[in-house]
Amino acid sequence: MSTEVERKPEGAADAGPEGTPLLELRDLHVYYGAIEALKGVSLTVGEGEVVALLGANGAGKSTTLKTASGMIQPRDGQVLLRGERVDGIKSHELVQFGIGHVPEGRRVFARMTVLENLRMGAYRLKRPDPADLDRVFTLFPRLADRRKQVSGTLSGGEQQMLAIGRALMGKPELLLLDEPSMGLAPLIVQQIFEILREINEQGTTLLLVEQNASQALQLANRGYVLETGAVVMSDEASALLSDPRVRAAYLGETIE
Amino acid sequence: MSLSDIWDVLVLGVVLGSLYAVIAIGYTLVYGVLQLLNFAHSEVFMAGGFGGVIALTLFEPAADPSGLQSVLYVLLGICAGAALGGLVAFGLEKAAYRPLRRRNAPRLVFLITAIGASFFLYNLAGKLFGRYPIPMPSMYENRRLFEFFGAPVSVTQLIIVVTGVTMLVTVDFVVNRTKLGSGIRAVAQDPEVASLMGVDIDKVVSRTFVLGGLMGGVAGFLFGTNLQVDYQMGFLPGITAFAAAVLGGIGNVRGAMLGGLTLGVVESFTVEIWGDSWRYVGAFAVLVLVLMLRPTGILGERVGRTA
Repeated sequence: MSTEVERKPEGAADAGPEGTPLLELRDLHVYYGAIEALKGVSLTVGEGEVVALLGANGAGKSTTLKTASGMIQPRDGQVLLRGERVDGIKSHELVQFGIGHVPEGRRVFARMTVLENLRMGAYRLKRPDPADLDRVFTLFPRLADRRKQVSGTLSGGEQQMLAIGRALMGKPELLLLDEPSMGLAPLIVQQIFEILREINEQGTTLLLVEQNASQALQLANRGYVLETGAVVMSDEASALLSDPRVRAAYLGETIE
Repeated sequence: MSLSDIWDVLVLGVVLGSLYAVIAIGYTLVYGVLQLLNFAHSEVFMAGGFGGVIALTLFEPAADPSGLQSVLYVLLGICAGAALGGLVAFGLEKAAYRPLRRRNAPRLVFLITAIGASFFLYNLAGKLFGRYPIPMPSMYENRRLFEFFGAPVSVTQLIIVVTGVTMLVTVDFVVNRTKLGSGIRAVAQDPEVASLMGVDIDKVVSRTFVLGGLMGGVAGFLFGTNLQVDYQMGFLPGITAFAAAVLGGIGNVRGAMLGGLTLGVVESFTVEIWGDSWRYVGAFAVLVLVLMLRPTGILGERVGRTA
């Protein structure tokens, strides 16, 4: 009783110069059955940042995102949002904390129209704001043209735009994006990354999982490289972009 | 068969079909959100019939009711049927299916559980209320009310059609135009992504059961209106409505309506032409034929595809 231990409030330990990070993952261990998919992943995402998560297939990038949005619960470790622990909270409740997750493979509601998909994005809100719809249609004019179209009939690029737009309808402060460039033509990828930049400039923080390392690092402020469930490198995006190991491993086949 | 006979039989078929359609919605909604063939839904229907009998017996309708009294009795029966149907469906999901979902049980386990729950529920009803038919207190005199372009329409038929169509229109509105409906449709298409939008899957599933249960319960009451109920009454209407849901394309609400009406009409023509012993043969022959030509059902798109 008399031994007064000095205690730091939770989340204060690793606070960077700008204070408590928006998202902090601390030593996450995640299992699929007996297989350990994440072996102690830690990362931070500051308010207003764009952070890229790079790595090969199976490195644990998607698992990291899913853990951050409550789709998967870690066996060990913590997920903190503005210093508050949120691991253990299920994804449908976690969205109320301002997390938007654009899942891998877009996964729009194929039998709903574009407009219905966007309304689903605002499901968490008691009173959806009509201005949000205008904002999405301004960012993605193509969606406005196709608002009555059934989403399953959209092109891959349009579906990706819809998936991002749908997540934005929930007014996220932090947007998690899982391979937004997957399977899309280079020109469309370019467009989508330009829009992501715009979304970030409008004040949304982005955590981006990508195989397209060159695109991702050009957009990002910082990046982490994952290998078999662990962070092996983390640095400023520009530093990673010029790092010979990153260049060899992840930029080998991109035309620079 | 003269033209006017055909018209009479058609009207009869539509009345029966609207009842099948209402029951079929319960199957199709639950299939949509859980990919579960909820065979215990026929017992939800049965529970609705008993709900009506219990409420009316407690209430003791007047022997010679006035028009207003009759309307009130029928409304009481509808509410009681809906209440018990909804309650049984709610309990069924909580007690039988939710534990399986928690454990990620394979689909076959759900199916066996559904059949087991069905056996349990109708035997429970048999134990509680006896195995003989129980007459429903008379709420009105079932006379011929008017002619619909020549076809006679009785009070019971009018009640069934009006209530049935009201429920069908309402459920269509709920599914397509309300927040609960968009939750139901989202869970049916991709539960994981729906939860990323903030949809509480457990809540949506539970409410889907209740929605189907309310309708099934009312259908059970209507089926026994001014007649009788018994613990096995759910079996044949349940199976027929299930067939109707499959015929229309299971998972599709409007398909269930179309399937229900089709089977009702086919059944009523079969009985008229070949006699009552052929009652269910025609409807199921149509089911087999349609599924041979169009395995997904008339409006269906999801059977055979992985969700």
